[in-house]
Amino acid sequence: MTRFVLKRTGGALLVLLALSVIVYSLFYLAPGDPARLACGERCNPQQIAQVREQLGLNESTVAQYLHFLQGLVAGRDHSAGAGLVLHCDAPCLGLSYQTDQQVTDLILTRLPATLSLALGALAIWLLVGVGTGVLSALRRGGITERLLTVLTLAGTGTPVFILGLLLLMAVCAYLQWLPFPTYVPLTEDPEQWAWNLLLPWLTLGLFESAKYARITRSSTLETLAEDHIRTFRAYGVGERALVTRHAVRGAVAPVIALSAVDFGTMIGGAVLTESLFGIPGLGKTLIDAVRVVDLPVVVGVVLAIGTAVVVAGAVADLLYAAADRRVALA
Amino acid sequence: MSLTLERSAPAPGAVPPGAGAGRQVWRRLRRRPSAAVAAAVLALLVLLALAAPLVAHLTGQDPNTYHDDLVDSARGGVPIGSFGGISADHWLGVEPGTGRDLFTRLLYGARVSLLVALGAVAVQTAVGVAVGLAATLGGRTADQVIGRTTDVMIALPMLVIGIALTAVVPPDFPRPLLLVLIIGLLDWGGTARMVRAQALALRGLDFVDAARLAGSGKLRIARRELLPSLAAPVITYAAIKVPTAIVAEASLSFLGVGVKPPTPSWGQMLSSAQTWFRADPAYVLLPAGLLFTTVLASTVLGDAVRTALDPREGSRLRVGTGKERTG
Repeated sequence: MTRFVLKRTGGALLVLLALSVIVYSLFYLAPGDPARLACGERCNPQQIAQVREQLGLNESTVAQYLHFLQGLVAGRDHSAGAGLVLHCDAPCLGLSYQTDQQVTDLILTRLPATLSLALGALAIWLLVGVGTGVLSALRRGGITERLLTVLTLAGTGTPVFILGLLLLMAVCAYLQWLPFPTYVPLTEDPEQWAWNLLLPWLTLGLFESAKYARITRSSTLETLAEDHIRTFRAYGVGERALVTRHAVRGAVAPVIALSAVDFGTMIGGAVLTESLFGIPGLGKTLIDAVRVVDLPVVVGVVLAIGTAVVVAGAVADLLYAAADRRVALA
Repeated sequence: MSLTLERSAPAPGAVPPGAGAGRQVWRRLRRRPSAAVAAAVLALLVLLALAAPLVAHLTGQDPNTYHDDLVDSARGGVPIGSFGGISADHWLGVEPGTGRDLFTRLLYGARVSLLVALGAVAVQTAVGVAVGLAATLGGRTADQVIGRTTDVMIALPMLVIGIALTAVVPPDFPRPLLLVLIIGLLDWGGTARMVRAQALALRGLDFVDAARLAGSGKLRIARRELLPSLAAPVITYAAIKVPTAIVAEASLSFLGVGVKPPTPSWGQMLSSAQTWFRADPAYVLLPAGLLFTTVLASTVLGDAVRTALDPREGSRLRVGTGKERTG
C-alpha cells in the first residue's frame, strides 16, 4: 500500500510539472509582446522597454521559467517602476496585468464560489444519482430501467449549458418560482446563498446524476450475482435487504472514486455553468482574463485548475485502493 | 503495374476488408431501427449544411443581412409576429435585435459545427494512430515516454486549456481552423491508448512475425500489417468521438472564445440567446434543439457502428443487467 501511495503521488507531481511547463510556454505563444500587453494601450516604446526590464522578459526562456518556479516556492519581488516594489508572496503566480493584484489572492477570493457550486452538485448527484441507481436495481426490467436508459442517452454528451438554459427559462422566466440567480457569498447571507445557487446546483447535479445512476446500478447488480449473496439468499434474506444492505456495497468504491474525479474536474470544468449563471468562480475568472489577454491570470488559473484535477485523480485512485484492497495489490 | 498488383493483394492473415465483411456490418447496422433513424437525421443535416448557400439562394435570404423592419425596436428588438417572427420569407423567424434570417443562420451554423467536429476528429485520429503505433513499434523506452505523455494528455482538463489557448492566438488566425486544431491536438489521448493496446495484441500474431521474417521494416509492418487490422477499432473510436467534438465546439463558442461573429455557430447563438429567453423563446429553443438532436443522433450512430463492427460487445447505451460480465 505504501508503495502504491508513493508511486501515485510521484506520478501526480510529474504531471503537475509537465502542466506548468506547457502552461508557462503559453506566454511565449502570445502574439506580439507580453510587455506591450502588460503596459497597456497608451504606452510609448520607452515605457514598454521599461516594463520588459521589470518583468524580466530580456532573460532567456529557461531562466524566466526557473524564476517562475522560484516565485511559486519562495515568492518574488516585482518592481513597478519609479522605485516602487510590489512583493508577491509565495506561492507567487505573478501579478495581474490589469489590476496588479496578486494572482494567488485573486484565485483565493474566487475559490469559495466555485467550491459552493461543486459541493451542492456533489450532494445532488450522490442523492439523486445513487438513489435512482439503487431503486432501479431493486426493480429490474421495469419502467425505471427504461427511464434510466432514456436519461442516460440524453445525458450522454449533451452540453450542460442546454440543461441550464432550459431550467433558467422554465423556472425563472415562465413559472417565476425563482428570480434570476445572482451569487451571494455564504458568509453574507446563507439563505440567499442557497436560493441563488439552487438552479446551478440542479443543473450540474442532475447532469451528472445519469452517470452515477448507471454505475450504482451495474455495480450493485454485479455484486448481486456473486457467491456470498447467493449464500445470503439461501439463508432466506429478503430481496430488498439483499440489495440495500449487501449488494449496494459493490457500488461504494466506484462511486467514491468517480466522485473524487468529478469533484476535481468540476472545480475546473464548471466553466460553462459558472459562465451561464454568472457565478464569480475560477471558471468565470479564466474566461474574463482570456477576453482581455491577462496572461498571468490565465496561466495562474489554468495551473490551479490543473492542480485540482490532478490531485483529485490521485485522491480517487487512493480512495479506490482503500475501499477495494485488491487494487493496491495489483 | 506491379504497384497496383501489390495493393490489391490482401495482407496475409489480416481480417479481409472485402465485400463480405462490409456487407455483414451493413446488415447489422440496418437491423437497428434507432441507428437508421439517427443516420437519416444526420444525413439530412449534412445535406442541408452542404446546401446552405443553395438554400439561402432559393429562399432569397442571406445569413448576415439585417432586417430592421422585422424587429420591434420599441420593445427592445423583439421580432414582430408569432414564435420569433415566422413568415413566408423567414421560415424559422428572425434573430431578435438584428432581424437576420434564423433558418439560414442555423444552416450556416451547422456547417461550422459539423466541419469543426469532423476536422477535429480527423486530427485526433491521425495523431492518435501515429502515436499509438510509435509506442508499439518504437521499443521499450519510447513506449514508456509515450505512455506517460498520453496519461498527461488524458488527465488534462481539455476545455480549460482550450480556452486559455484562444487567448494567445493572433486574432486574424481563422477561428474554425483554430478550433479544429485545439480540439484535435488536445484530445487524442484516448485514441492513442486504444491503438497501442490493439496493436500490441496484433504484434504477437503470426502474420506480423511472418512479415518481419520476410524482411519488412517497422514502417512497412505498421502500414501493411497493422493498419488494415486496426481500421475497425479506429473507425469505431472516431465515430464515438464525433459528438464529444461537437459539444466541445459548441462549448467554446458558447463561452465566446469560439468562432467570431458574424459567422454563426449554434453555441454562439445559444450564448446570445441568454438575454432573450423571456421575449423570444424560439431563439433559444431552435439552436438548443438542433444541437441536442445532432449530439444524440451521432451518439446513437456511433454506438451502433461500434456494436456492428464488434457484435460480441453489447450496446453501451443500454443499461446493462450486470450479468454480462459476471457470466
